[in-house]
Amino acid sequence: MALLDLANPQRFLALVRVLVPALAALAAALLVIGFALGFRAPADYQQGETVRIMYVHVPSAWLALGIYTLMAIAALGTLVWRHPLADVAAKAAAPIGAAFCLLCLITGALWGRPMWGAYWVWDARLTSMLVLFLLYLGILALWRAIEEPGQAARAVAILTLVGFINVPIVKFSVDWWNTLHQPASVFRLDGPTIHPAILTPLLLTAAGFAALFLALQLAAMRNEILRRRVRTLRLLAAAEAR
Amino acid sequence: MDFGAHAGFILAAYGAAFIVLGALVLWVLLDHRAQRQAIAALEAQGITRRSARAAAEDTH
Repeated sequence: MALLDLANPQRFLALVRVLVPALAALAAALLVIGFALGFRAPADYQQGETVRIMYVHVPSAWLALGIYTLMAIAALGTLVWRHPLADVAAKAAAPIGAAFCLLCLITGALWGRPMWGAYWVWDARLTSMLVLFLLYLGILALWRAIEEPGQAARAVAILTLVGFINVPIVKFSVDWWNTLHQPASVFRLDGPTIHPAILTPLLLTAAGFAALFLALQLAAMRNEILRRRVRTLRLLAAAEAR
Repeated sequence: MDFGAHAGFILAAYGAAFIVLGALVLWVLLDHRAQRQAIAALEAQGITRRSARAAAEDTH
C-alpha cells in the first residue's frame, strides 16, 4: 500500500481496525517477556538492583526522542508535501511523546536519588530532556490555542522543526559536556557495553514500548480523524441553520 | 523477589510507568468513545457529510 493510499481516511481507518489490536497484543507479549527476563537478570555490579529501573527509563527516553523526530518528519509532511495525514500524525503523537518524556524524567529522578544522592541535577542530559518535555507542552498548548486545524498544523509544524535542534543536543549532551549522567551504553560505534543478560531484556522492553506507542499512535490518529469529522458536521449544521 | 535497600525506588518507578501509560491508554479509549458518541448524536439529528448524503441519494 502506497503512502498516498493512506490519504484516504476510510482506507486508513480500516487499516487501524486491524493493526491496533495486533500491535497491542504484540506489545503486551514483548513487555511480559522483557520484564520477566529483566527481573530474573543479575543485578549490576555497580548499580545493584536499581538497574531494573533501566527497563522502563531507557525505552521511555528512546521513545521521547523518537516520537519528537517522527513529529519533525510529520512537520515536513505538513509544510512541504502537504500530506493530509501528516498533521493528524503530528497532533496524535504529541501527547504520547509528552507522556513518555514525563515517564523518563520521573524514572530518571527515582534512579538518580539512590545512585547520585539527588533526584535532580542541572546537568546537560537532564536539562536538555526537561527542555524536550517543555517543548512537548508548548506544542500541545499551541494545538489547543488555534481553532482552525490547518492554521494550527502550520504553526505547530514550524515550532516542531525549530525545537528539533534539541534532539541531537539531548543525544550528544553526554559527549559534549561533562555530565553526571552516564554516556551512551547501547548505541555506540564500538557496540553495546552492557552484558547480554541485561541487554536482551532491555531490547525486548524497548520493542514492547515501541509496539505500544504504534498502537496508541494509530488509535489517537483515528480519534483525530473522527474529531475533524465532528467539527465538519457541526459546521454543516451551523451553515444549514442560517 | 528482594530488591534490597532501594526497593522503594524500583517499585515507585514501575508504579509511575503503570500510572502514566495506563492514563495514556485510558485517554485514547475515552476519546474514541467521546468522538463516536458526538458523531452518532449529530447523525441522529439528520446531519451527515455531503459524501454520505450523495451516496444515500444515489441509492434512491
